[in-house]
Amino acid sequence: MRITWQPRLLVFCALIGAMDSTFAMETQTEFNAAYAVAEAAEKEAGILRNQWTATEAALAEARNMAAKGDFKRAIAAAKEAEALARASIFQATQEKEAWKDREIH
Amino acid sequence: MASSIRVRAIAKNETTEVQTLIQHPMDSGFVKDDKGDFIPAHYIKELTFEHGGRMVFVADWGTAISKDPYVKFAFQGGAKGDDLKVSWIDNKGATDTVTVKIQ
Amino acid sequence: MRFWPALIMLLALSAASPSRAAEGTDPAADARAFRDYFFKKFPDVRPDDFVNGPYALDKDMRRQWEEKEQFPPYEFSLEMGKELFAKPFANGKHYADCFPGQGIGVRQTYPRFDEASGQVVTLELALNQCRETHGEAALSYVGEDMAALTAYMAFTSRGKPFDIEIPDDPRARQAYEDGKRYFYTRRGQLNFSCATCHVQNPGERLRAEVLAPALGILNAMPIYRSEWGGMGTISRRFVTCNSQVRGVPLEPQSEEYRDLEYFLSYVSNGLPISGPGARP
Repeated sequence: MRITWQPRLLVFCALIGAMDSTFAMETQTEFNAAYAVAEAAEKEAGILRNQWTATEAALAEARNMAAKGDFKRAIAAAKEAEALARASIFQATQEKEAWKDREIH
Repeated sequence: MASSIRVRAIAKNETTEVQTLIQHPMDSGFVKDDKGDFIPAHYIKELTFEHGGRMVFVADWGTAISKDPYVKFAFQGGAKGDDLKVSWIDNKGATDTVTVKIQ
Repeated sequence: MRFWPALIMLLALSAASPSRAAEGTDPAADARAFRDYFFKKFPDVRPDDFVNGPYALDKDMRRQWEEKEQFPPYEFSLEMGKELFAKPFANGKHYADCFPGQGIGVRQTYPRFDEASGQVVTLELALNQCRETHGEAALSYVGEDMAALTAYMAFTSRGKPFDIEIPDDPRARQAYEDGKRYFYTRRGQLNFSCATCHVQNPGERLRAEVLAPALGILNAMPIYRSEWGGMGTISRRFVTCNSQVRGVPLEPQSEEYRDLEYFLSYVSNGLPISGPGARP
């Protein structure tokens, strides 16, 4: 029993290790996807000539964290950037009409 | 090249009012350039105003004074036509001086 | 769920509408209304005094400014501007060759609408166009040299009233309208428009600054800003205003900025050029 227990444990640990690196690869891929979405949204905001410096800062944070290998933070920053970019798109779209409310007549 | 010192002194009754504008970078030494290197401190250390052989105003300056400093003060005495000598020396040893007539 | 995506989902996106057609614009009426708004808001301010920005609205700041005007901080830049303006290009030509009236006393007629190219030409753009015509590299729109040159040209026009023309060309009216729209549009993460500060809150404090009224706001440009420790152009101010509301600035002299300058200058027609100015 003792002789068979350790190899089983070893195999178990090896399996966990393999799964870990599999998760790490997915996180990198996840990051790439999240960043691409954020970047596309920021580009759309750029076409509307209304990008926010906060969005740019979040994208930079995402890149920095990814470079350090902290994909959890990197993805969070990318999602933040996407949200900010979408808010800026919303702002630009609303303002196409809303500006008239403030015009001096 | 013109002097770095612009000065105007106006005598009124017993008092002379002096204004001066000096062109000088007054770098504090704490600001970085585009490359990220500190711009070395470069500032006027002493500014003096002399009238009738007497120092009427002396300023001991350091890094807290901003670029292109402006000074305004008044002193007792001085009459129209008198000379007023303004001089400065900075931390790199550079100097400038100018003498104007009180108006 | 995160706030912003929820908000976006909750509120229907308004359909993208085309820019307001040029046909409905009446710039002259706009300008009258603009002036009346500020004259009514500040009845004790002399009309011409609006060009002095915060100094027209704050007594203490005015006192300090008047003192400094005896020995203005922009003197060095102004002198440099005069020298730069007089200096010939490598081909022997001068800036004077590119401008009406040799470039002296003409600042108040810029921006102009150039019907040949169909775009607004500001003074800064005209200076660089002049350089390029004569084989010189363009100057940075946010740099010292451009500031010094425009300071000198403004100085030669001091006291002359802004005299901006909108020719009878739908493209010109559209440029004016686009500039007006830019002025009133909220932008940046702080969601401010130019109007938020300069129409709704002139005379109020924003941190340590007293906000200037939009009427006459370009008359004092370029300005020696104590904050900058030097002279800065209209381009520089537009860029920094954008970043201050946390909007990514556009390229200096972008179409939007030129149209904005066109609008702001036109509505200040009749008010005297006071540049170069000094501000905190």
